[in-house]
Amino acid sequence: MKSVVIIGGGVAGIETASALSDFGHNVVLVEKTDSIGGKVLKWDHLFPDLKSASELENYLDIKCREGNFAIQKNTTIAQASQSNGKWMLRTDNNRVIETDAIVVATGYEVFDASRKEEYGYNIYDNVITSVDLEERLKSGKTITTRAGYLPEKIGIIHCVGSRDEKSGNHYCSKVCCITGVKQSIELHKLLPEAEIYCFYMDLRMYGQYYEELYREAQEMHKIQFIRGRLSEVSENIDKRLLIKAEDTLSGRPLKMSVDLLVLLVGMEPGKGTKSMAGICGLETGKDGFLKTSDMHFGNNKTGKKGIFLAGSCIGPMSINDTISNARSAALEVHNYLQTK
Amino acid sequence: MKAAEKFGFRVLETRVIDLENFDGRLLRYVHRHEKSFITCLSCGGCTATCSAGNLIEFNVRRIGLLLRRGETEGLEREIDKCMLCGKCQLVCPRGINLRNVIMLIKKGIVKFKNGTPEKVEL
Repeated sequence: MKSVVIIGGGVAGIETASALSDFGHNVVLVEKTDSIGGKVLKWDHLFPDLKSASELENYLDIKCREGNFAIQKNTTIAQASQSNGKWMLRTDNNRVIETDAIVVATGYEVFDASRKEEYGYNIYDNVITSVDLEERLKSGKTITTRAGYLPEKIGIIHCVGSRDEKSGNHYCSKVCCITGVKQSIELHKLLPEAEIYCFYMDLRMYGQYYEELYREAQEMHKIQFIRGRLSEVSENIDKRLLIKAEDTLSGRPLKMSVDLLVLLVGMEPGKGTKSMAGICGLETGKDGFLKTSDMHFGNNKTGKKGIFLAGSCIGPMSINDTISNARSAALEVHNYLQTK
Repeated sequence: MKAAEKFGFRVLETRVIDLENFDGRLLRYVHRHEKSFITCLSCGGCTATCSAGNLIEFNVRRIGLLLRRGETEGLEREIDKCMLCGKCQLVCPRGINLRNVIMLIKKGIVKFKNGTPEKVEL
């Protein structure tokens, strides 16, 4: 029986672990925190079908309970070395795990919006991120301003920390556009009286049924889409936010006061992803995510024999793409172990 | 009769951007000396934050766009509205050195107006 260690207990890690244990391998899933599931545990609903995130939670939970693999929580990998075709992983609590293959599934981190100071996150009361909004939606509490009023005007800002030289991230985070559309619909359902405006540079509805959700936002929810990048935000004395952009389609500067501003924060390679790159000597791409050996034919392989990648440590990825990617990683690892 | 003709498809010469008779000298000059200019996304961040544009009718993003379309007529007068404060550069997601772009347009207009042989200068 061949062994595999999977690093990271998010969607990608669990899916890979489950598939590989189904193939009959001896699988250990290592997770640095004390809970399994990753960032999706904070999400309320998923795009584009507005499925409750709890359905995904249940799905992952069943995989963990019924899957034939071991889970080690509160464990971080500190060192990796190779000998006789095996990898030796040393954990932070000084245990050594010997394994035939490693799958890195260490995921992403959300862009820290306070790095874009001109948008006022952590400075002004009513500037929140898409992740904050998701948590508020999940909590079931009414969406209000910090002072407790129902917002009448809401701005949603695309490309925060993505496609931005100033943030150091040239790449597109892919999932924020559709997240903005989804959250605008959810906000409209909760606050039917509110006017909701999305400010975008390009709307990238790249996935199946994303375009349909965009259309639904226009048709059913009267969301207004304005093509222009937010330049800066200032706070009025009444804690409303004055935002400035150009309405590029009419070619005129636009100013507007909103009660709540939602920043659609992008994805960056996670701390664990960077740390694994260092420990295992993995190559990173221009975007800082882990580089696969070929983006067409080897999108789960690395330059290191026996080390594979799964999920958003490779690059920004939606949940359904992550699940597919994790399954393909499992097949890649399985094929590798067969020939070993 | 073809459907397009029935539809009344006709091009009004005066209204159209003519990319075939395109005077690209000024554009090439700016591109040559400020490489970042070509990466503009037309997001309008520059225009939104523009000090001059907040006071008077002036759209700095449109300057670049007109230049890229060869619409250089009237550019000289328009560009004088810029105060070179550089706020546009601070917000630009592509990190374009817009101040240099403006200066190059100014220089280029003078160069080509005086009939300086373009092939030597470029």
